[in-house]
Amino acid sequence: MEREKNHLFDKPENVKRLLIIFFSSVILLFVLDFFVHKHAHFPWENWPVFYAIFGFVACVILVLVSRFVLRPLVKRREDYYD
Amino acid sequence: MTNVLPPFMIFILGAFVIPFLRGRVRSVYVVSLPVIGMINLLLIPADTVMTAGFLDYELTLVRIDRLSLAFGYIFHIAAFVTVIYILHVKKSLEYVAGFVYSGAALGAVFAGDLFTFFAFWETLTVGSVMLIWARRSKSSSAAGFRYLLVHVTGGLTLLAGIVMMVVETGSIHFGHIGLTGLSSWLIFMGIGVNCAWPFLHTWLTDAYPEATIGGTVFLSAFTTKTAVYALARAFPGTELLIWIGVAMAAFPIFFAVIENDLRRVLAYSLVNQVGFMVVGIGIGTELAINGAVAHACNDILFKSLLFMSMGAVIHRTGKINATDLGGLYKSMPWTAGFCIVGAASISAFPFFSGFVSKSMVMSAAGKDHMVGVWLVLLFASAGVFHHAGIKIPFFAFFGHDAGHRVKEAPKHMLVAMGITAFLCIFNGTFYKPLYSILPYPALYEPYTLSHVVTQTELLFYSALAFTLLLLSGIYPAEIRAINLDFDWFYRKPLVGLSNGLATLLNGLNRVMDRLLVKEFTGAVNEAAIDATARLAWVAIVPFIKNKDNPHPRREIFKKKLDAAFATGTSPVGLFAACAGLFIVMLFVFI
Repeated sequence: MEREKNHLFDKPENVKRLLIIFFSSVILLFVLDFFVHKHAHFPWENWPVFYAIFGFVACVILVLVSRFVLRPLVKRREDYYD
Repeated sequence: MTNVLPPFMIFILGAFVIPFLRGRVRSVYVVSLPVIGMINLLLIPADTVMTAGFLDYELTLVRIDRLSLAFGYIFHIAAFVTVIYILHVKKSLEYVAGFVYSGAALGAVFAGDLFTFFAFWETLTVGSVMLIWARRSKSSSAAGFRYLLVHVTGGLTLLAGIVMMVVETGSIHFGHIGLTGLSSWLIFMGIGVNCAWPFLHTWLTDAYPEATIGGTVFLSAFTTKTAVYALARAFPGTELLIWIGVAMAAFPIFFAVIENDLRRVLAYSLVNQVGFMVVGIGIGTELAINGAVAHACNDILFKSLLFMSMGAVIHRTGKINATDLGGLYKSMPWTAGFCIVGAASISAFPFFSGFVSKSMVMSAAGKDHMVGVWLVLLFASAGVFHHAGIKIPFFAFFGHDAGHRVKEAPKHMLVAMGITAFLCIFNGTFYKPLYSILPYPALYEPYTLSHVVTQTELLFYSALAFTLLLLSGIYPAEIRAINLDFDWFYRKPLVGLSNGLATLLNGLNRVMDRLLVKEFTGAVNEAAIDATARLAWVAIVPFIKNKDNPHPRREIFKKKLDAAFATGTSPVGLFAACAGLFIVMLFVFI
């Protein structure tokens, strides 16, 4: 069998590089937020980094609720309906 | 004007030619059908109305206005890309079903009266169930039947509402209805079934992942969007819709996070996206309706694209569960790229289509100071990125390498995905053409620095949550399991009830069959057959000499008599005597 070529994310340093780029953008956005004037409908939109915190907290809650509340309630074996 | 046809006619009549064509000719034919349809639609002048007489009513087969046109355009595009996507399919069924189905959707959005609308609404169900059954597996057959039952119930509810409304108002015009009386509620609920409202949504998450790979792409585009159109036509500004939409946007994302079947994840995110549209229709302002329609157009594109990429994965690997996939970017880089475009579009990244349409609905909610609605929609925006934007591409194409070494998707699939991906980016970047086909003048400006930065922030920090949860091992691992949803109620207790009733009624049936059919009639029958012979014997006995008793001759005589009656050879006199005796008996006793 033909030897498989090394793909982009087979190298750990590429994964690391991607994570570094990602974390830098996250920090950049955090800083940028303080300099952008918001067209707000609600007062809290003007709070610094409101969207960042909201996005982060929303997803953590989403995952925790799905995993620890919803899954125990609804998970069944794959042949449940057969 | 006289040279144009009703848009549905090209699709539905054109569909029935398909079985007579083969190979390349058929491919060219099916791809050109939506093109011809689109040219025809562009040639029809705005505000055209085509009517036809039917019984005492005048049906409005076609009504072209701005609301119906927007859906008409996008339906043609969806049919075009989907049919390119399924060119590998050998059997005609899927093409015919696809065109009947999309033709019915066109018929429904251009219908100007309730009867025409209903006729196409039902055709939509027939076409779609064919696309589910075309997979020809046991589970798709069962899911198809469940789908059919739900939609027939919804269709009958709609029909009941329509009939009541026509009787009440005397008009069959299909326009603004609003929630007024029972008839309007029935119509509202009938449309709600197709719109996949909470509790009524399970036909979608149950059946869509069971259809053929192209079937699901067709399905994702038409049924729910036709329902969105119908709501925008008949119930704009109905406050209840805001809350229905909010629920639709929020709850499916929790199911999507723990779902293993990636097409089912997309089905949940479909409900979530339709939620945004329903909220827009419920708010009912020009901005909100524009947002709902624009988002419907964009959703058709990016949802098709995502379903196409997952279909290509099934086509090549035969797998769709996240537990069986991973690392496919190595073998299917183009498909992975297109999938990421779809994922970025549904997540509303700047320069991708969702960005210019979802925000219109959010803005409309913000302008009317609907705090709760706005917050839930923002939560849903973060959530959709999480499950559709990250989970789908990550578990299929990256993540743990499942070791599939397959070929890239076939060329025609790549072409279909490429066109759709292009349109997703085009609509997101050059949004003016999209805005120009919306029902109301679109004054909304999506590209403000504030919008770009806040939206990017929201998405990047959602991604940060995903990354950290994944690295820390808290992110729920994909598990080979299914998750219960509201369809449990008609798949378990209702089946139990049905089985219980079957046992009871079939038991009753068996008892009655035994008592009445087998025992009782048998007895009557036998008695009737023997009756004449017995009567004759009773009549004859006194005349047989006593000395013969219990002589064997007596027995022989009886045997002869029975044989004579059984074969119909008894002496006529004896018959006449018996008949006379019988008549006398009747006369005496009755």
